[in-house]
Amino acid sequence: MVDCPECGGSVTLHDDAETGEIIDCGTCGAELEVIGTDPVELETAPELEEDWGE
Amino acid sequence: MRVGVLYSRIRRDEKLLLNELRSRDHEVAKLDVRKLRFALDEPPAELAECDVVLDRCLATSRSLYASQFVDSYGVPVVNGPETAEVCADKAKNSLALSNAGVPTPRTEVAFTKETAMEIIEDFGYPCVLKPVVGSWGRLMAKIDSRSAAEAILEHKATLGHYEHKVFYVQEFVEKPGRDIRVVATDGEPVAAMTRTSDHWLTNAAKGATAEPFELDDEALDLVERASEAVGGGLLGVDLMETGESGYTVHEVNHTVEFKALSDATDVDVAARVVDWLETKVPAEVSA
Ligand SMILES: [Zn+2]
Repeated sequence: MVDCPECGGSVTLHDDAETGEIIDCGTCGAELEVIGTDPVELETAPELEEDWGE
Repeated sequence: MRVGVLYSRIRRDEKLLLNELRSRDHEVAKLDVRKLRFALDEPPAELAECDVVLDRCLATSRSLYASQFVDSYGVPVVNGPETAEVCADKAKNSLALSNAGVPTPRTEVAFTKETAMEIIEDFGYPCVLKPVVGSWGRLMAKIDSRSAAEAILEHKATLGHYEHKVFYVQEFVEKPGRDIRVVATDGEPVAAMTRTSDHWLTNAAKGATAEPFELDDEALDLVERASEAVGGGLLGVDLMETGESGYTVHEVNHTVEFKALSDATDVDVAARVVDWLETKVPAEVSA
C-alpha cells in the first residue's frame, strides 16, 4: 500500500508491479506511474502527448 | 536472447509482453526512451547488448527516431524504421496500400482549406477528414454538410499544428456497423476481432464492443499484402466490410495494441508475438 501522490488515498499494487507501469488510483482515478519498486514509489503519470501512436 | 523493450509507459500490452519474455527465460532490458541518449555512432551500452529491440513507444515521433537510431546501430528493431515511417503518416499509409493494389477507401490530400473544400464537395456528404498523424480516432471528423465542412476547415486552419494543415479527406465507408482489426506478424494473422459501436468511430479506445472474427481467404490475402506494402513487422491491420465488393483496408498501424484482442479472442497474443520474435531474431542475426 502506498499513498496516491494526487489525493493521498491508498493505492494497492500487484506483487509484480514494475517501473514504468501505469496504474489508476482507485480513489481519485489519477493515472500514476510506478517510478520505483523497492520501496514502491508513485508519481503522477505524464500527460498524453500530441502524437501518441496507433 | 536478450530483448530490449523501448517504452515510456508500461501498459497492459507491454506488461503481457514482458511477462511472456521473462517466463521463457529471455533476458529483458527495459529501455525507458525518456532516459536514453542516442548518439550518431555508438549505441548506448544497454542497447548494444540486445539481440532485438521491440519498439513500444507510444509517441509517434519517438518511435520514428528511436527505430532509426536502433537500426543504424545494426541492432534488429521491431518494427523497423521504414515500416514506422509509412505507418505513422496516414497519407503515406494510403499511398503504400494503393500502390500495392490493396483496396483502400478513396482518399485525397490537399494543402489549403479551399482545395480541401473542393475535394469534400466532390466526394459528397458524409465524408471524413483526418489528421495525417494521430491515433485512437482523435481529431477525426465526419462531415455531414457544407456548413460543417467550412467550420471544421476554418478551425483546423486557424488552430492547427502544421500537420493539421495537411488536409486528408476520405470517403465515408458504409460498413455494417463494425470494423475488423487484425494483429499480424509479417503478414500472418495472430488474431482478429470486430469492433462494433453505435458511433461511427468503432475504436476499442472509444468503448466499442469486441468479438472474435474468423478471417476468410480474401481477408487473409489482404492482410498479407497490406503488411508487405508497409514493410512488414508486428502490425495492426484495419479492414472494413463493404458489402459485395469485399473488404477495404483503412490503415496499418505499427505500434499495435493487443490487449483488447487478447480479451476478445482465445488467442494469447503476447505469446504468439514472442513466438514470432524467437523465429525472426536468429534469421536476422545470421542474415
Ligand atoms: Zn488518488
